[in-house]
Amino acid sequence: MGERPVELEILRYNPETDREPRFQRYSVGCREEWVVLDALNHIKETVDPTLSYRWSCHMAVCGSCGMMINGEPKLACKSFLRDYVGVIRVEPLAYFPIERDLVTVIDDFMDKLARVKPYLIPKREQPVSDGEYRQTPAELKKFKQYTLCINCMLCYAACPQYGLIPKYIGPAAIALAHRYNQDSRDGGRDQRQEEIAATEGVWDCSFVGACSEVCPEHVDPAGALQQVKIASTVDWYREHLMPWKKK
Amino acid sequence: METIRADVVVLGAGGAGLRAAIALAEADPALRIALISKVYPMRSHTCAAEGGAAGVIKADDSLEHHFNDTVGGGDWLCDQDAVEYLVREAPKELIQLEHWGCPWSRESNGSVAVRPFGGMIKQRTWFAADKSGFHILHTLFQTSLQFASIRRFDEFYATELLADEGRCAGLTAIEMRSGQIHRFDARAVIIAGGGAGRMFPFTTNGAIKTGDGMALAYRAGVPLKDMEFVQYHPTGLPSTGTLLTEACRGEGGVLLNRNGRRFLQDYGMGPETPLGHPVLKTMELGPRDRVSQAFWHEQRKGNAVPTQWGDAMLLDMRHLGEKKINERLPLVRDMSISYMGVDPVTDPVPVRPVVHYMMGGIHTDIRAATSLPGLYAAGECACVSINGANRLGSNSLTELLVFGRRAALSAMEYVQSGARPGAEAALSAAAVAAQARIRDLMQRGGGTETVAGLRKEMMHTMEQHAGIYRTGDGLAEACGKLADLRRRYARIELHDKTNVYNTDLLQALELGSMLDCAEAVTQSALARKESRGAHQRLDFAERDDRNYLRHSLAFYHPTQAPRVDYSDVVITKSQPGVRDYSGGHK
Ligand SMILES: Cc1cc2nc3c(=O)[nH]c(=O)nc-3n(C[C@H](O)[C@H](O)[C@H](O)COP(=O)(O)OP(=O)(O)OC[C@H]3O[C@@H](n4cnc5c(N)ncnc54)[C@H](O)[C@@H]3O)c2cc1C
Ligand code: FES
Repeated sequence: MGERPVELEILRYNPETDREPRFQRYSVGCREEWVVLDALNHIKETVDPTLSYRWSCHMAVCGSCGMMINGEPKLACKSFLRDYVGVIRVEPLAYFPIERDLVTVIDDFMDKLARVKPYLIPKREQPVSDGEYRQTPAELKKFKQYTLCINCMLCYAACPQYGLIPKYIGPAAIALAHRYNQDSRDGGRDQRQEEIAATEGVWDCSFVGACSEVCPEHVDPAGALQQVKIASTVDWYREHLMPWKKK
Repeated sequence: METIRADVVVLGAGGAGLRAAIALAEADPALRIALISKVYPMRSHTCAAEGGAAGVIKADDSLEHHFNDTVGGGDWLCDQDAVEYLVREAPKELIQLEHWGCPWSRESNGSVAVRPFGGMIKQRTWFAADKSGFHILHTLFQTSLQFASIRRFDEFYATELLADEGRCAGLTAIEMRSGQIHRFDARAVIIAGGGAGRMFPFTTNGAIKTGDGMALAYRAGVPLKDMEFVQYHPTGLPSTGTLLTEACRGEGGVLLNRNGRRFLQDYGMGPETPLGHPVLKTMELGPRDRVSQAFWHEQRKGNAVPTQWGDAMLLDMRHLGEKKINERLPLVRDMSISYMGVDPVTDPVPVRPVVHYMMGGIHTDIRAATSLPGLYAAGECACVSINGANRLGSNSLTELLVFGRRAALSAMEYVQSGARPGAEAALSAAAVAAQARIRDLMQRGGGTETVAGLRKEMMHTMEQHAGIYRTGDGLAEACGKLADLRRRYARIELHDKTNVYNTDLLQALELGSMLDCAEAVTQSALARKESRGAHQRLDFAERDDRNYLRHSLAFYHPTQAPRVDYSDVVITKSQPGVRDYSGGHK
């Protein structure tokens, strides 16, 4: 089985012992088919048990292992060593405070997610005993893509606006709000809109599209943002210039 | 030490824990609920489930069918009253999820779609493409956000249960961010800590599935039931253990040996069915224990396909065509390409059996209550038992919902019936002692053992002796080895002695959980001198209903091997019979 030496340069920071972050180099023998996460696990098991990072599923679905790999936001469990030449630089996700090493503080995202009410607010209440709501495959398709967000936050680490304006709600949360707004069973758009159309909601997006480029699940948050922005503009006109059209 | 007061503590925020928390919040908004999880809820391993959740919904199906499939699939070791409850509640729970927004796949008329699954005689597996567990988990998590009474403690690692006067009264947990121990006071605790597949080196289970929840209850005196039943899923990628869902075969994929033969027909699961027209409950849609065992025999006969990661068989999906694969199995395609370099559209994918699921777990009654008053358990960590000796695919996700809710209702009744809190002095002393144990582990010097070293030996032992086929000699050796590892565990020294997000500490504690669970597995397996479902003994090849139509119960001992006892199986209407997967029903 093929093995090759790999050199990684990993950001280390322990708030108890370090005044500021530093880089540490590790040279380890890795199997050719490994992902960056395998290399980190190998280091932790055989070289340095103090190295700290998050992971669980190793199949790109739990969203734990987001980090900057050679400057790009990536899932470590889906970044193949074979795709890199030379030293691989690994850092915590950009724009989030560092808790320790590659572990970031994600309170901000968790708060924003809750704020956009990412749950079904039924258009029409129907008891469970009446069975499922009908929804055609075409209706499902309208929002399905936006349900695929694994909350890995790579899109935040790629978003220049989030870097500049930390209050900006950001791609994933807006995409999830949009997911429910587009659901044929949902009637909660107005409630979510209050949050999203606020100053730091959707307006701060400058449509660089970086969020969609880095999304490992092809959710296309930029597409969602664009649609939400158009809808919010229409809302604004309704409210301010055509009050008679207000619902 | 910071103390958090709640009415009910839910330990675990996967499918079972979230369902329980929501049920509590809905039933009584005044209840104070503390939801504790060592990872953020959406990282829980329920997210990895691909295939779907079983529940009778279509006109040609019946609760009777679901019951019979489950009980036969479990080789009659299921408690039939629990199965009756499961199949009855299943459709309601799945519809409830639909009402919460779960994006189930649909028929053209807008009703939910179902797919075939192994061991099921009708199509009844609800699915959301091949990310069913992911959607269930996110739907539950997002739904839970609307309840102010659910207070979350994300990245808190529970270390011990607190009990007083024979009642469970809370637990202690480490806040990962600070390293500080917190004490949680509660009238009732629900454990929903998930499985323990990480005892084995080759598994579909994520890093967090280390049996902590089981170990917590076990050490508090609650027995672990039927731990010898460990499910191997037939189709994992040999390179990483990543699962390719049973839905691959449900949609029509077939299994081939190195000669291109659909070998399952040689193991009582034939005759061969037409390619691309899967027939329910036979051939590739046989139950997991049988299919994994068939591979083991093929391997012995030299019919396996050699790969650089060891022997495999081939999962051929080419005849499904690109369109169907993209529509129904997009994740499967993506993972096969990413982790194996094989595109199922153009080539058969090498796969091999992989440790997947714990049928056994914390012994509960049908109300999800344990023998310790105030302590409840649900989900993969619990054994209620609906899975018996072999779980049917897609019954677990359903179980999380049905018994997650059941545990919540039982806990609520218990709290409302006026359960007294524990005595402050006793609980406070217990919490301080729990804290001291963690401090000691962190500060200990001069240790001779490492977490990684012991873990490796444990995994090796389990793979070698507690796999698909077992022998008395091998199991006895494994028991001895695990006893030794438990002793050596006391001499572990951590490299990392700092407080913030200390994963060296976490992994040491997780290893402790796994060692306890592993010993319960091998001791229970050694004691069960028969072959049933997923527990196959080469030295006792037949099922023995006279002596072993019983649940095993392993009782913890701090320094010695567990005592293994037995309890009766509940039989309501299905007497043990022959498991027939020969397609004879056609
Ligand atoms: C790859 C894969 C595919 C599967 N596919 C299917 C399928 O198609 N259909 C089906 O029915 N079943 C399937 N299963 C099985 C099913 O997904 C699991 O049994 C189920 O999701 C377990 O859910 P749970 O809520 O019990 O545990 P988990 O989702 O694993 O959650 C456990 C929770 O407990 C917490 N926890 C654990 N220990 C501690 C501690 N010490 N302190 C604090 N918190 C703790 C964790 O943080 C987590 O929140 C699959 C399993 C796997 C691995
Ligand atoms: S480990 Fe789960 S997404 Fe990478």
